[in-house]
Amino acid sequence: MSEPLLAVRDLHAWYGEGHALHGVDLDVRRGETVTLLGRNGVGKTTTLRAIMGLIRKRTGSVIFNGKDLIRLPLHRVAHQGIGFVPEERGIFATLTVDENLILPPVVANGGMSVEEIFELFPNLKERRNSQGTKLSGGEQQMLAIARILRTGVEMLLLDEPTEGLAPVIVQRIGELLATLKKRGMTILLVEQNFRFAARIADRFYLMDHGKVVEGFAVGQLSAHTDKLHEVLGV
Amino acid sequence: MMTVFGIPIQALLGQLLVGLINGSFYAMLSLGLAVIFGLLRIINFAHGALYMLGAFIGYLLLVHLGIGYWPALVLVPLIVGLFGMLVERLALSRLYRLDPLYGLLFTFGLALVIEGVFRYYYGVSGNPYAVPTLLAGGTNLGFMFLPNYRGWVVAASLIVCIGTWLLIEKTRLGSYLRAATENPELVQAFGVNVPLLLTLTYGLGAALAGLAGILAAPVYQVSPLMGSDLIIVVFAVVVVGGMGSILGAIVTGYMLGLAEGLTKVFYPEASNLVVFVIMAIVLLLRPAGLFGRDA
Repeated sequence: MSEPLLAVRDLHAWYGEGHALHGVDLDVRRGETVTLLGRNGVGKTTTLRAIMGLIRKRTGSVIFNGKDLIRLPLHRVAHQGIGFVPEERGIFATLTVDENLILPPVVANGGMSVEEIFELFPNLKERRNSQGTKLSGGEQQMLAIARILRTGVEMLLLDEPTEGLAPVIVQRIGELLATLKKRGMTILLVEQNFRFAARIADRFYLMDHGKVVEGFAVGQLSAHTDKLHEVLGV
Repeated sequence: MMTVFGIPIQALLGQLLVGLINGSFYAMLSLGLAVIFGLLRIINFAHGALYMLGAFIGYLLLVHLGIGYWPALVLVPLIVGLFGMLVERLALSRLYRLDPLYGLLFTFGLALVIEGVFRYYYGVSGNPYAVPTLLAGGTNLGFMFLPNYRGWVVAASLIVCIGTWLLIEKTRLGSYLRAATENPELVQAFGVNVPLLLTLTYGLGAALAGLAGILAAPVYQVSPLMGSDLIIVVFAVVVVGGMGSILGAIVTGYMLGLAEGLTKVFYPEASNLVVFVIMAIVLLLRPAGLFGRDA
């Protein structure tokens, strides 16, 4: 089996004095879609932010493509080929849709051109000169993903892309992620919507109390339903 | 003689011109303050000192090296801008994680040090800086006499303000700056070197102050106190315009300059006060400033 693209080992992270992650271990192989499951507040978002370097107070190792991201300053991380779509989407109010789209610097060849992106997201093209935050929630989520696709990263960290969106938009985002997967994108997803996650993920990690407590593939889902009921309350 | 409300029109236009000149400096200085505050969240108390530094460097270049006004117009903003970048890198960048009060105290201290050094060596009396020969004399506009240099100051400040506004609103670098003003962490996570952007921004603000200083040298006297005389009004301009609003800083700068000029005609005793009265009214009615976005 090949080396994982992303290997997280014994990752601890702190918010001020609060110890938020207690030794997270996880692997994501090239081309895989992996979903982090768990109740609110168990450290899923924190895990993504700590991998990305948005939380600076952390220990352990985050090996991406053979390089330890923990040693890099925040602005060097994206250049290793990893892109982040935050939970709050992070669309800039003082930038137009166009400016939001081209804001993240291209870090590698192979990203989508603006034309390709507009083909995939015709709504964004129509509103390219609007203020970024004047878009609907669904459009903002599309824009948040689209702008990372332009950069040519190999891996996406996606934090709750379906949160607060109408079912028809959730379905659109599901189709989008399936398309990305076909193109070979590696995805680490945090998702509360278990049905949504079950459709697109290859593997799952279950988190509790700031660490990964269980990992299983989509084929083993039925064997883990009891455990999931217990931990997620679904 | 033509009069408006019993005031000779020449006197009115003359004071409006003085107001417009002052407004040009308010606009250039508050623009730099607004850019720095927007991105660095630092209230740059050293801004007046950087303006004074600009005028003094121009004066010293002339006296000691024989470098005249036109080359100084390019050299001074470069030198003051580099000095600003050095200050940001060596000192301010270490304060971002702390309470904003530390940045304010540091820049206030820096202003006192710079002013103190120049007071020690040059005293408090002003040093004259001659108007460049190309712009000496004046033009009779028919309704008033316009000193050429003053016309140049107004034109130059308009060009600088509009240029800076275009840089921030219309270019890719400007979009980085605006985005980083909203959410610096996310912009850095996208791979933009935000620490460098902060250094460049402070450098830009300092360069604008330096440029205002060299433009001011032939209008006002070059004196160590010229910055602290001006900076309080400029802070009022920034507050009225809305903290961090680029367009607000520019428009309010000219407006308050003109308001001061008008007050000098109709009620001279209040001319030093009018800016602060306007500030108080704006703070009461629109605390976010005339152009500020409501938080």
